[in-house]
Amino acid sequence: MTVMPTAAESGLLNCHHCMQLARAVCIRAGARCPRCGASLHLRKPHSIRRTWALLIGACILYVPANMLPVMITSSSFGRQADTIMSGVIYLWNSRSWPLAAIVFIASIAVPMIKLAVLSYLVTSSQLQWTTRRRSRTRLYRLVEFIGRWSMLDVFVVALLVALVHIKSLAVVQPGPGAAAFAGVVVLTMLAAMAFDPRLIWDRIENS
Amino acid sequence: MSVDPLSDELESLPRVHSAPSRRRVSIVWLVPVVALLIGLWLSWKTISERGPLVSITFTTAEGIEVGKTRVKYRSVEVGVVEALEFSPDRDMVLVRTRLHRSATKYLVSDSRFWVERPRVTGTSIEGLSTLLSGAYIAMDVGKSDKATRSFHGMEKPPIVSVDRPGKYFTLRADELGSVDTGSPVYYLRLPVGQVVSYELDPTGKGVDILVFVNEPYERFVNAQSRFWEASGFDFELGPTGIQVDTQSINSILAGGIAFQTRANAEGTQPASDNTRFRLFKRKQAALASEDLEVIPLRLAFQESVRGLSIGSPVDFRGLTIGEVKKVSALVDEAKGQVRMVVDIDLYPERFRAMRVKQDHKFFGTKQGLDRLVGSGLRAQLRTASLLSGQLFVALDFFKDAPAANIAWSQTPPLAPTVPGTFTELEENVAQIVRKVRQLPLDQVAADVRRTLKTLDTTLEQSTQLVRSVDQKTVPAVGAVLGDVQKTLTGADRVLAEDSALQNDARDAMREVARAASSLRLLTDYLDERPEALVRGRPGEELR
Repeated sequence: MTVMPTAAESGLLNCHHCMQLARAVCIRAGARCPRCGASLHLRKPHSIRRTWALLIGACILYVPANMLPVMITSSSFGRQADTIMSGVIYLWNSRSWPLAAIVFIASIAVPMIKLAVLSYLVTSSQLQWTTRRRSRTRLYRLVEFIGRWSMLDVFVVALLVALVHIKSLAVVQPGPGAAAFAGVVVLTMLAAMAFDPRLIWDRIENS
Repeated sequence: MSVDPLSDELESLPRVHSAPSRRRVSIVWLVPVVALLIGLWLSWKTISERGPLVSITFTTAEGIEVGKTRVKYRSVEVGVVEALEFSPDRDMVLVRTRLHRSATKYLVSDSRFWVERPRVTGTSIEGLSTLLSGAYIAMDVGKSDKATRSFHGMEKPPIVSVDRPGKYFTLRADELGSVDTGSPVYYLRLPVGQVVSYELDPTGKGVDILVFVNEPYERFVNAQSRFWEASGFDFELGPTGIQVDTQSINSILAGGIAFQTRANAEGTQPASDNTRFRLFKRKQAALASEDLEVIPLRLAFQESVRGLSIGSPVDFRGLTIGEVKKVSALVDEAKGQVRMVVDIDLYPERFRAMRVKQDHKFFGTKQGLDRLVGSGLRAQLRTASLLSGQLFVALDFFKDAPAANIAWSQTPPLAPTVPGTFTELEENVAQIVRKVRQLPLDQVAADVRRTLKTLDTTLEQSTQLVRSVDQKTVPAVGAVLGDVQKTLTGADRVLAEDSALQNDARDAMREVARAASSLRLLTDYLDERPEALVRGRPGEELR
């Protein structure tokens, strides 16, 4: 595979806002766009560091998101607090296997995969691996694409809380897990945004 | 460096100078720190909100489901069953329940747990709501300060919740009778409490029954209160006859305990919690044993004590002044005799002295009793009812009784007795029998037989006489009667209206009447013309 030179290698960078192309004197971030005055950088600044920070934050929140109840249902027959996993188990036991699968994939597997994929991408970029760059880029696109669908659970809970509010018969309340889950989703989206996929293609300086 | 054709154009691009990064530590690292803080806070909040885990032991986990069965206190949910386990020895089921945090302070050593299920007893149906909602673990909060996390579940719901106002009393009974946990306690037939529990005395000689009397009725219980078994239907055949006493239908079914307070208990302080009382079998017995002063006496009889039972009355001229406590036989080795010994309790309070202030003291003292015995007071066994053969002990004065006194040296003191009326009666009957036996019955029988024979011949003769009368005299009488009949018929004919005699007589009478009228005419004529008698009628001369 022929190695194509990158713009950064050629000392070129463009403004993210007005798309003005400029030539960098020294390849460093922190310059200003000569046309619109926006800050210019060859790569997203501190991309790896930021992605890591957001990723770690998401990982931390992933634990309470799955351990704590997302939804608390109070009905005349009693109070029930459900975590995501207990909901999946309930659906599975009540023979709604497709639903159980959907909830499991959307709420447990996808965030986990996202965390894992982003970690892989950041690690590989940080260590400047040169293999499988195309598939890594594809992975990144995938992660960015599914990011916007990850809030399904939170939407469901929010809807139920708003809809099922029949006093004395049944009340649905959001649990602390819902907030954590929302945090996980937001942080992973931010992490995906903070990651600069161009880093995948950056060659090692001295190669 | 680069020979690219584009390089010239690139050269014309504006140049920017990049400044070195100012911050060494990026602010972005705050994100994981904040996430960590949030995560820790959420976890801490959840864990701290999680109430205590309580383990309750039950013999069976019937109706209890993990995650479903609730723990309720006064029908308010305070927890949920989290796990079911066996105790190490597999004797019990450990029900691990997660209680709400707010319920932590209720977990004291005397809090109680039981499984609420539908229950049908003789008098009530409870827990019907659990038919729909399923069984739940009910809780009753205790008053202790000692916190604990493991409890022994009760198999039955407690009769009285801890915070119910009222008082507990312990009743000592000889036997449990028809009382059961939950049996009502009545005061003037008003249900005022319940039997909470009962247990056998450690010595095995009685039963301690714990009852609870609700507020405000508990203040009617005082030292003068008497408790008895009000077990519905009381049928008693005693010396005083047949007695039937019934309580409400409820207590007939479930049994019960009643209590009453003595009328003269004014001003007595209400009994304190856990006061002990005696439980009597019957109302009569309960109210009878109000006598506080008791004189035990021993009586020795020669006769049978069949029909005398413990509790039989000691009677003084119809007034019950004591009761029989014990009946036994005593062997007098020196005399070679067996005496029936009857121990009685006398209640001297039932006597009143003339002098009001002394009251019963005279009867209650040694001197008083000695004087009474000196005046002839003796004990005697009497038959209360010939039908049932019940006996009672009678105290009465016997003027002709041999002198005796009470042997105070013995315990209980031995009081003198006289043979019972029934014994006397027996002796009299025996005498009669003896006399009857001495009669020359054979001779009498022979005489009777002879007399009977004579009577027999006499009867035969009279029969013959009657027969001869029948055969001879009766036909003659018949003939005479026929003649009489004939005579009477003749007379009848003579006397008949159309008979000749009658006609003749009538004619004769008519003639007599005519003669009489002629005579009257004559006398009238003569009255007018008396000379006619001499001269005759004047007309005749002219002619």
